Amino acid sequence: MKIVVCIKQVPATSDAKIDPETKRIVREGIKAVTNPFDAYALEEAVRIKERLGAEVIALTMGPPRADMVLREAIAVGADRGILLSDRAFGGSDTWATSYALSKAVERIGGVDLVLCGKQAIDGDTAQVGPGIAAQLGWAQATYVMAMPQVDEGSFTAKRMHEDGWDLCRIAFPAVVTVVKDLNQPRIPTLKGRLAAQKVEIPTWTAADVGADLSKIGLDGSPTRVVKTEPPPARNKETLRIEGSAADCAAALVRELRQKSLV
Amino acid sequence: MLANTPALRAEYRNVWVVAEVSGGKVQKVTWELLGAARRLADARSCELWCVALGDGVSKETAAIHGYGADVALIVDDSRLARFDDEAEAAALVRLIGKYRPEILVCAATTRGRALIPRVAVTSNSGLTADCTGLAIDPESGDLLQTRPAFGGNIMATIRSANHRPQMATVRPRVMNALDFDPARKGQSISEGLLEGESGAFKTVLEVFHDEENPVNLSDARFIVAGGRGVKGAEGFKLLRKLADAVGGAVGASRAAVDSGWVPYNHQVGQTGQTVQATVYVACGISGQIQHLVGMQSCDYIVAIDKNPDTPMMRLADAAVVGDLYEIIPAMLAELART
Repeated sequence: MKIVVCIKQVPATSDAKIDPETKRIVREGIKAVTNPFDAYALEEAVRIKERLGAEVIALTMGPPRADMVLREAIAVGADRGILLSDRAFGGSDTWATSYALSKAVERIGGVDLVLCGKQAIDGDTAQVGPGIAAQLGWAQATYVMAMPQVDEGSFTAKRMHEDGWDLCRIAFPAVVTVVKDLNQPRIPTLKGRLAAQKVEIPTWTAADVGADLSKIGLDGSPTRVVKTEPPPARNKETLRIEGSAADCAAALVRELRQKSLV
Repeated sequence: MLANTPALRAEYRNVWVVAEVSGGKVQKVTWELLGAARRLADARSCELWCVALGDGVSKETAAIHGYGADVALIVDDSRLARFDDEAEAAALVRLIGKYRPEILVCAATTRGRALIPRVAVTSNSGLTADCTGLAIDPESGDLLQTRPAFGGNIMATIRSANHRPQMATVRPRVMNALDFDPARKGQSISEGLLEGESGAFKTVLEVFHDEENPVNLSDARFIVAGGRGVKGAEGFKLLRKLADAVGGAVGASRAAVDSGWVPYNHQVGQTGQTVQATVYVACGISGQIQHLVGMQSCDYIVAIDKNPDTPMMRLADAAVVGDLYEIIPAMLAELART
């Protein structure tokens, strides 16, 4: 079995900077980390590999220094990493990103399963995973909280919903996006970390994966950010309530009732 | 992606809302979306359509009209009883090709966020997730889609000028439904599911509805959430009592979930859910940034904590200094008095 795990490098902090020209995120100068949801996707891939035998390939699209998240993936059990990096990808929205990643999956070839985090914590769209499935014409399962059975031809996925969950059986190939409940990611060993530093990470360009230039980057993206602004300001001041529990409760309930909130 | 030519774009007309359907019933968020989309349709002088796919959804036609849709486009099929996203996407892509809406709006729920990205990619459309504002640009007539980015620290306005339909998902509880008008009538169109559209990719084996949590976080007007300061699973029973007393839902910080006090589907924050309640009561939650990004757009925030000086106590509209094990029972007593 061949499993691709899509990993995104995201800013560690929430101090976002926006390029006034492109209105897109400036990633230079901000500490970058592996998107937290992607760690669960990677852990699941490594567990499947340990149970059934599989090749696990970590894939990221980003600037040259995004190789760091691939090395972290190799340190916990991915067999190799591929960095999809090209100026031509810059400014891609979720449509163009899912197209570029799907081209890399095609280039890898013979892939059974693509695992992704349910969303990245910077964009928060949750659109790239199902987007890859659509680009490839594959099955999809999103918000997956468990994969109870995985065998050579198919798997079961427990999908989280607002009002409960459902369990479905899906034949490979498929794209699965995962939530935190799925597993507990392992911590890399020192030995694993050191070994991962020495691994050679190939960089694939748009030409390498045969991407149509009209479908990637800012010009290949159907959506365009036209304006960014701060969110509406929150409250002015905090009403502080202190005293006995009964007094506090009375004051709070009075406040909530006055504002017609209860 | 290749843009539509202006001539082709001009063929796209009308605003569509894709209904959120669970168990054959159209969910409340759909009425909110119809309220918002009604304004868009009026601004574009076009029709508002509501597309409902599911088993038994034709029973919802009158409600769909009553909440503001001119046309109910119904795909009522027992094969859609369970959530087969590939089947729904295939049917939607086909119907979009046939009827050509210029705007398509869907709820930013687990179902909507699974379905619409697949539809958008397949129909070569731009899609904006989790919009909190939708408006028509008076000059171009394009849809301006406003959404929070970076955990709500920036509001970005997004446009899809050259592709049709323009697609957006909208969070529950952001838009206002119109008052239901039983006298409002409309047109109804019935469409089928084609052979091969359903069951091609997945079989849903089992469905579980969480009856213990009748109010889910994304729909909740009132959320009572607990963190490390709740100190155990027992404490969450107290939070549940308060939530039940006000018809709300129970939320939790990552610390409480990771301690095993409450299941993951209650987690609010960066690796949980983003919520948009009218009132959010944070009990013993210190307010790490990863939690705040999931709840800071709630309208009114109450913090209850022994420690008077936490980020949550500073963010809150009302900060109650005290022991939640004393304050909450006192609140329950106070609420019981009329």
